[in-house]
Amino acid sequence: MLDKLILYFEYPMVRYALIVGVLIALCSSLLGVTLVLKRFSFIGDGLSHVAFGGIAIASVFNVSHEMYVVLPITVISAVLLLRTGQNTRIKGDAAIAMISVGALAFGYLLMNIFSTSSNLAGDVCSTLFGSMSILTLSLSDVVLCVVLSVFVLTVFVLFYNKIFAVTFDENFSRAVGTNASGYNLLIAIVIAIIIVLAMNLVGSLLISALVIFPALSAMRIFKSFLGVTVFSAILSVICALLGIIFSILAGTPTGSTIVAVDVAAFAICSIIGNLK
Amino acid sequence: MSLITTKDLSLGYDNYAIAENINFTVNAGDYLCIVGENGSGKTTLMKTLLHLKEPAAGTIEMGDGLKSNEIGYLPQQTIVQKDFPASVREIVISGCQSRMGLRPFYNKEEKKLANRSMERMGISDLAGRCYRELSGGQQQRVLLARAMCATQKILLLDEPTSGLDPVVTVEMYDLIKELNDDGITIIMVSHDIEAAINYASHILHIGDEVFFGTKYDYLNSKVGRLFLSRQEVI
Repeated sequence: MLDKLILYFEYPMVRYALIVGVLIALCSSLLGVTLVLKRFSFIGDGLSHVAFGGIAIASVFNVSHEMYVVLPITVISAVLLLRTGQNTRIKGDAAIAMISVGALAFGYLLMNIFSTSSNLAGDVCSTLFGSMSILTLSLSDVVLCVVLSVFVLTVFVLFYNKIFAVTFDENFSRAVGTNASGYNLLIAIVIAIIIVLAMNLVGSLLISALVIFPALSAMRIFKSFLGVTVFSAILSVICALLGIIFSILAGTPTGSTIVAVDVAAFAICSIIGNLK
Repeated sequence: MSLITTKDLSLGYDNYAIAENINFTVNAGDYLCIVGENGSGKTTLMKTLLHLKEPAAGTIEMGDGLKSNEIGYLPQQTIVQKDFPASVREIVISGCQSRMGLRPFYNKEEKKLANRSMERMGISDLAGRCYRELSGGQQQRVLLARAMCATQKILLLDEPTSGLDPVVTVEMYDLIKELNDDGITIIMVSHDIEAAINYASHILHIGDEVFFGTKYDYLNSKVGRLFLSRQEVI
């Protein structure tokens, strides 16, 4: 088994997959805590459906780099979702449901009507659940992924204290003059970027798992915000690595394997949390 | 000059006014208690004073060098906070956020300030504990310590004793009184009219009739006597 693994690592594609997998796992876990605590878990889900619609549009217009279409669409939707959550008659959860199901339906419709591909069902399935393997990444995909990850990490570290303050108590932050709406916007944009990134790895239906599970697992065990954040990042990376390696060896779909490992980790953390 | 002066302040949502013609002043060292029936706009008034909401009409003037972000705020607890994984130290120091501007991390001075606030509230030994595992009274002390990091001048307290048992409630009021004796101006919204009369120096009653004055004037006023008799205190 080890021989097989060493053999695989000689291929650059496998190394790309591991680099991308680790970066995505790291980024997606960081804001998980904030999303869970702000009761925004479903925003990730909604946005991933929007990203699916974006991919459909990109494929209809034969755009070579899908990300350049999907990223702006998802970021704009994130901003809109956050706004509707605050001051319109359609409340946050309803708005998310509307946008996400709508985008999903339109995406599938567009793909069906305009697709030139002979294997439509396969295309849709790999967009929703991630490709069978992430070994199809090109060097430019990897570079874009590295750039976006560095951006997400930098923003998170620089604004860590502000994100904590706004998550814990938005009204207090506003009262002492912190621009809470600005930080909410920043959080939404970063989430959108993370989701577009993570689509490569696990497909649009499974992204929420990547965002939510490490945070929930860490919250079972750790008691400070810093502890939860650091542990969820580490846990997420370990789960992603295990999932990718297992999927390569056993030939299982990468996305669902990673999520399965995340679920198992959550179960273990819950047990540890209860024992304490 | 006084710290806060309101002129013909009206509170409301959209075009519907909840309370009108609110005029009061807060001077340094005052202990003002805002009382009134449920739904009379007490919490809305708080939010307006904190600039979380625009007044429907009228003005709020800040004087004596008080900046609008120099008001420490003790909000009512939200559901989110009940399940929040954060240590006491992390929460207390987040009161310093307005001092930071765009600087990403807290400096030594701010860490010292957080330590001093915790000492003052008697929660230094809880610094590493998880917020959600504390008792209600301890949680209020943590939030009060956070407010003390934001300002040393004026505190706005929104129902600081709701959900606390009677013994802890008295402790909390005594603590607030101590802060007031140290020169910190207090504005408190409360259901607890008894405490308001015991501790406050001034009373603002809002509702159909608005009253503002010292505690003694309030006890002798028509509004005050009516309200107190309804609350079965006298």
